[in-house]
Parts: sequence; C-alpha cells; structure tokens
Amino acid sequence: MRILALVKRVPATGGRIGLTDDGRAIDTRYLGFVVSPHEECAVEEAVRLIEANGGESAVMTLGPAEAADQLRDALAIGVDRAVLLETDGSDWDPMATSAALTEAIRRLEAADGPFDLILVGNESADSGGYQVGIRVAVALDRPVVTGIKALEIDGGTARARRQVSGGWDVFELPLPAVVGVREGINLPRYPSVPGRLRAKKKEIDTTSPEHASAGGPTLDRLKLPVEQEAQVEILGNGPEAAPRVVEVLREIGVV
Amino acid sequence: MSGILVFVETADGSVDRLSAEALGFAAGLAKASAGALDAVVVAGGEEVASAESVAAGLGGYGVATAHLVTGDGLQAYAPAAWAAGVAAVVATGSYDAVVAPGSDRATEILAQVAARTGQPMAANVVSAEPGGQWRITRQRWAGSLLEDAVLDGAPRFMTVAPHAVAALEPVAGGQATVARVAAPVTDADLRARVVGRDVAAGAGVSLADAKVVVGGGRGMGSAEAFAMLDDLASVLGAAVGVSRVATSLGWRPHAQQIGQTGTRIAPDLYIACGISGAIQHIVGAKAAKRILVINTDPEAPIFRRASYAVIGDVHAVVPAITAEVRRVKGGG
Repeated sequence: MRILALVKRVPATGGRIGLTDDGRAIDTRYLGFVVSPHEECAVEEAVRLIEANGGESAVMTLGPAEAADQLRDALAIGVDRAVLLETDGSDWDPMATSAALTEAIRRLEAADGPFDLILVGNESADSGGYQVGIRVAVALDRPVVTGIKALEIDGGTARARRQVSGGWDVFELPLPAVVGVREGINLPRYPSVPGRLRAKKKEIDTTSPEHASAGGPTLDRLKLPVEQEAQVEILGNGPEAAPRVVEVLREIGVV
Repeated sequence: MSGILVFVETADGSVDRLSAEALGFAAGLAKASAGALDAVVVAGGEEVASAESVAAGLGGYGVATAHLVTGDGLQAYAPAAWAAGVAAVVATGSYDAVVAPGSDRATEILAQVAARTGQPMAANVVSAEPGGQWRITRQRWAGSLLEDAVLDGAPRFMTVAPHAVAALEPVAGGQATVARVAAPVTDADLRARVVGRDVAAGAGVSLADAKVVVGGGRGMGSAEAFAMLDDLASVLGAAVGVSRVATSLGWRPHAQQIGQTGTRIAPDLYIACGISGAIQHIVGAKAAKRILVINTDPEAPIFRRASYAVIGDVHAVVPAITAEVRRVKGGG
C-alpha cells in the first residue's frame, strides 16, 4: 500500500512563549524546531503500517527551506521519500495551505498512483486550525475522520477509534481515505544512527508553490493571555506537612 | 435575513455543556449584530424525538428558529452526513456567522461545511466583534497564545474554545419554532461512519470528568513510583493523570496524559506531584479550580498557578498524605 503523512515544522516551546517585536510571530531565536506532536505520530503510524503491509511511505510538508530538517527526521525512522513545498516562511492560512498540499498530492498521484491512506495530525501545535486534513479530503473527494487514537487496516477498509466520554467510537472508512490522528496512537521511535546517515543522503523533492490569495482568518497580531497569578499558600515542608494538607482537603470538601 | 446560526449537540436529552457555551457566544454575537439567533440540531434514528424536544427548548436560550435535521442516513454518526445536514441549513439563510462548540464532532463537521462551501473557518475563538470587518480573537498553542485576526466569509465559520466563555443558562418556558429539514445525504457522505461503540475497560474515574485529579511528572523518577499516586487517588476517589514526559518515557499510558496533546481536565482540585509546569501541561489543567503543588523546587513554573504548595520530595510527602487521609477517614 501507499501512505502519505502530512507534517508541520513548529518551534519547540518550553516554559514560556516570547514574541517578536512586531507581535506577529513567536521569537524563535533561541528555540529548536520539531515536527508537531500529533504529526510525529502520523509519521510513526505510516512507517508501522508499511512495515506490516508492505508498500511505500512518503512525508510532505509546506514550510521554509529549514523544514527539510523535519522531513529528514521522518526519513531517518524509515519513511521512503520526502516532499517539501517550500515557502518564504510567511504565515499561510489553512485554505492556502490545503490548496497547495492538494495540488502536490495530485501531482504525486498522477505520477505514481493514488495514496491508499493520507495521515495528518489532528491539529498543528502552533496555529491549531483543525481543518487542513479535512479540506484536503474534501478537495480529493475522500472520506475523512479526525481525532483518531487507534487505527487498523483490513484489506480495503480502515477501522479507526476515537476516544469519547466513557469509551470509544469505532469508525470504518473505505480506502483511499484521510485520517487525522492524535498523540497516543503510538509511541514514536527514535531514529537510529544508520537511519540518520541514510536520511542525510536522500534527495528531497522540492518545489515552490504559488501562495494563493488568502482566505483567512488573517493574522493581525499575537498576544499572551493575561494570566491571573494564583496566591500560593505554602502548607509546609516535607512529610510533616501532611496533617495541614488534609485539613485543607477537608475545608474544600475533598475529604 | 441575516443572523447567527449555532450548531447544538445534545447529551442525554439536553443541551451539552460545550453547546451551552456556544449558545452563550452566539447569543452575544446576535445581540451585537442586531440579528436573529437560529440553531441547527442533527438527529437520526431513535434520537429524533428527544432532539425535537431539545430543539423546541432552545427558545429558552433565545433561539428563534431551531432547524431539526433528520432523515435516512443519520442512524449512525457519519461526519460528512452531519455536515451535509448543516450545510443544507446554512444554504437556506444568509447568516452572518455559523458558530459551533469546540468538540471533536462539531469541529470536524464545521470544517467539512466550510470546506464544501469554500469558506474560511476559525477554530477555538474566544471573542468576536461583528462589523464591516469581523475582528476575532482565537487560541493558538491550545490557549497559551492568542491571535487577533480578521475573519471574512459568507458566512463566517467559527468554533468556540471550550471552557473559555460562560455557558448560557436557559430561561424556563421559552419555545423555539422547530423547522424540520430533510438531510440531503448521499452515499459518499456515509463512507466514513461509526460502526460501533466500545465501552472503556476498567472504568474508574474518567480524567476529563474527575472532581479530583492526582498528577505525576518527571519528578516521580520511575514507573514504579506512580503506585503511590494510585494509592492517594484511591483514598480520594480521584483520577490519575500524568505529564507528557511520563508518557514519552513509557511510565504511563497516553490515555492519562494531561495537556495540549492529551486530556483537558477541569477538577475542583488538581494535585500536581513532581511536575514543573511546561505550558503544554498547564493549558490542560487551566480549568482546575485549585492546584496543590508538591515539588522540591519552589522556583518551578507550576508554583505560579498553585493555590497551595508543599515544598518537598513527592516520594516522602505523597505517602504521608495518603496515610493521614486514611487515618482521618478511619477515625470518622
């Protein structure tokens, strides 16, 4: 089978987010970059499904030239080929992003045949638009389901599970299909040293798509939410604090 | 006709919590734009009768017309079939905006409607100002960052960020006009559908709904150390949650992860043990009423969100609290 994973390069934020002076982007001068977490799982799932069923996996991203690093991370754990839709690093809204991805998928499928499965992250860690995978599926007229934390392929059918209150919704969808996955579907592996060396040598299929007219929402500026710092009451030090803790638990009705 | 359309989900025969928040948000928009507030409810099979009574009751939330979408093909949940139903209602009126709760289902349905109609959509909106240009504020990074943006569209599609706006309390006795709509579902809309429901094994207290949550992070030091959190949780009737590092190290299953890529919790008390408080974790615990932090490092970022704190090693403090709770409870 043929599987494509769509990924996004995002900054690895830590304890605090800082903004650039114009307030239109995160200050990434001191940050590393990673594949957005749900999409890291989409890549791992693609590799596992190909290991189990045979075939070919591919990874694609839309982003700056540096996003090649994230594609090489995917190649290093066993993805067969990588496609970069190179931008100048500016903010692409969800409609423009999905239009460019769809066009590139059509180009790849025209050359090598359809992807049985396109895996996306449920939402990107940074902009969190919750829609690129769905827009790609609608444009390609393929069934799509999101929020998936377990996936099985049985012949021409995908069985996918989504967590709901008190259990799981079990979906079925015929291939070819698009599935939005969540972290927890698997535990992504670390790349091996030989894997990294192999990835370094692989060629990345790079094109520069035209930035379609924006659909929106159109970013004006970013801002940090106003957080009310809590007044912390120190209940004590070490195990001797236990009686005071339980007193508080009783006051607030927990015990 | 202009106005606001809100997609409403039901649970156990009434409006669900996130939908009550979306109704509050949509009612505010209707007022600000001097337009009507309409709703759309989609139901199939045995749920139609109870959905009809919920739809009528939306009058209590200020809804004028509640469109009830029913028909063949809606027996089991299918995202595209639900989207076809909502799209049919959207097409009947020239709504200024279509609002939905930020649940898994409502988000995917609204995104499909937006994709089908070629309109933009903004997810996790916390505020919007109608006008010549609609200015919105929405969450990025699961709410650790906010984005001011302009949202165009005919109509403007947006989901409401969970637990960011107040749920609307209905006024008793209000009745909406219920307008039945036949869902124009095609075979293609039924390709992805729910074929069954698995009940979670080993029930216990669900993390998302728990009144008390005991959480552990890197400071626990090992998978084995989590047994003491299980103990504390069991004497408190609490659920156990963990930080991302505890799942990526394989100490605990991902189902217990609290945070941006895990579960969002909203307990009365969150006891955070050996957790430093990276923003990705904090956003998952933002809705907790109180946080009790147990940590050796008083400089850890999580102290900024704490109501109570014990400075000390979790491995000593947690068993002492568990023993004290047992003693107090045993003594009646």
